[in-house]
Amino acid sequence: MEHYISLFVRAVFIENLALAFFLGMCTFIAVSKQVKTAFSLGIAVTFVLALSVPVNNLVFHNLLAPGALAWAGFPDTDLSFLGFITYIGVIAALVQIVEMFLDKYVPALYNALGIFLPLITVNCAIFGAVAFMVERDYNFGESVVFGLGSGIGWTLAITLMAAVSEKLKYADMPAGVRGLGSRFIMVGLMGLGFMSFSGVSL
Amino acid sequence: MFSNNDSIGKTFFVVIALCLVCAILVATAAVQLRPKQVENKLLDSQKNVLAVTGLLAEGNIKELYTKHIQERLVDLNTGEFVDMAPESYDYRRAMKAPETSIKLEGADDMASIKSRANIAPVYFAYNEGVESGKLSAIVLPVHGYGLWSTMHAFLALDKDGNTIKGINYYEQGETAGLGGEVQNPKWTAQFVGKKLLDESGAPAIKVMKPGNANPASPYEVDGLSGATLTAKGVQNTFDFWAGAKGFAPFLTKVRDGALNNG
Amino acid sequence: MASAKEIKTVLFGPIFANNPIALQVLGICSALAVTTKMEKALVMGIALTVVTAFSNLFISLIRNHIPSSVRIIVQMTIIASLVIVVDQVLKAFAYNVAKELSVFVGLIITNCIVMGRAEAYAMKTGPGMSFLDGIGNGLGYSVLLLIVAFIRELFGSGTLFGVEILPLVSAGGWYQPMGMMLIAPSAFIIIGLLIWILRTFRPEQVEKA
Repeated sequence: MEHYISLFVRAVFIENLALAFFLGMCTFIAVSKQVKTAFSLGIAVTFVLALSVPVNNLVFHNLLAPGALAWAGFPDTDLSFLGFITYIGVIAALVQIVEMFLDKYVPALYNALGIFLPLITVNCAIFGAVAFMVERDYNFGESVVFGLGSGIGWTLAITLMAAVSEKLKYADMPAGVRGLGSRFIMVGLMGLGFMSFSGVSL
Repeated sequence: MFSNNDSIGKTFFVVIALCLVCAILVATAAVQLRPKQVENKLLDSQKNVLAVTGLLAEGNIKELYTKHIQERLVDLNTGEFVDMAPESYDYRRAMKAPETSIKLEGADDMASIKSRANIAPVYFAYNEGVESGKLSAIVLPVHGYGLWSTMHAFLALDKDGNTIKGINYYEQGETAGLGGEVQNPKWTAQFVGKKLLDESGAPAIKVMKPGNANPASPYEVDGLSGATLTAKGVQNTFDFWAGAKGFAPFLTKVRDGALNNG
Repeated sequence: MASAKEIKTVLFGPIFANNPIALQVLGICSALAVTTKMEKALVMGIALTVVTAFSNLFISLIRNHIPSSVRIIVQMTIIASLVIVVDQVLKAFAYNVAKELSVFVGLIITNCIVMGRAEAYAMKTGPGMSFLDGIGNGLGYSVLLLIVAFIRELFGSGTLFGVEILPLVSAGGWYQPMGMMLIAPSAFIIIGLLIWILRTFRPEQVEKA
């Protein structure tokens, strides 16, 4: 149990996908102008992360990993080179399913997240989390915790960013740094702040 | 053939054709390049073993390796050699698979590696060539968690199984320039000549705060500035692998002279 | 075939005038984590340029046959296959760099430049120009990566491509390295400042307040 809590805290704060690894930054910088939209996007990403990391974990361990096909009579097959294309396929399929499911059963949420859902497929945070899961060799339980934790961490980061952006609207900055430039610098400073979590262990 | 791009027939046709083409492309690349990748991996590991013993020179790594290095497998629980071909043993896989490893928990798992293989490879280096029989160093593979990543290293010991001849961190994902400096030869050089174990046989290497190590001490080395936790990871790695769950049983056997007749 | 001037715009436009990272905020995800060393940044830049160029080429070749309902997934499959091939090639021929780049080569799949160019340019244009457009955008990305890597490696480690330029204090020289350059957030601050500089010289790119 302790191990899972530690992993969770790591995923949320210390190894924050957005601020420690810069993943999902495209949407991060483009969207985070309003706290409300940023938060909705964060929820959508968390949802997809919490699903796709464990599902890809199962796919990897039962189909792709070296020797994983032993149950089918191919103990020597190593399909791990198919990893990238499989993960992206699984992610795309999951996003599609989530979209259809929400549309049918939770229309309110669907309307709130609507425009963001298709974008999530190409969100590097999702793909990055899956790739990290494979590289760090998490088991199924760990992948659930890691997926959820990184989603929450990402949401936290993007919401904080949006809040700062909202205030920055009123700042009188030199023309050149206005908008994009200032947002990059702000992310850098926030990343520095998050670095103070590094080394925290439970 | 199809009048409309969006007809079901055309959609299926395009998707299937695309899948076929991509599958052939990807599979060909993977299969064609596999031998080269495997060889790269092997060469890399051989290069690292040679580097830590100071035998790395220009020229064919494979030849150098077969000339100077002998690889044996050791049962970590008993410290005995295992009769198995080292080439066919996959250490990385064995350390994770439950049937070939033991689980480490709590205080046992000081290096945060979760599980440890039952059988580990060790490398014997002969400066004058394997057939000379004059052993010059024993190389042990060690690993432990730093700040971000598991750091893998080769540790070279003198034939007394205690004096450190070198350490080479060859795989780590620590902060570049701070913790990543574990790879810096200038830093690893200070380990040379230190003693792995104290008189009672307990792990003795102490990674101190930078600048606090007493150069005269046989156990103390300086840490890394700006990388307290990476240095702590190094400390933990030494504590674990020099300890009872690590190579201690094997090293005891080495000191008792197991190598003279083995 | 298009005129020489057009080729020039397509090929060199994205490097400064229309740089995909600086202007359209595309593809920075994987861009920054690999900029601690010039070597890593260079390999990453080449890998991305190759993938963008060929994905543009292939998508453009079959653009008239792609059903719009499965458009995205078709593009995705082509890009992912190319990335796998590049990854395999790197592992076979540049093993050390491939090891350091780890998951970031895979992240090219989700790099918005590749998808963005496929969708915005290759779906509408002929193969030749699409290929050049891919190279141009790939180069724009590489140039920015290399600039950031140059600053980070030079001031953070005192080296360029691993060759010592500023002798470090710890090695008996005079230069005290800036540790901050090596940690992740500095890359962002550097890009922010670069955008500032770029926009000072090209005021038409300044955002409205």
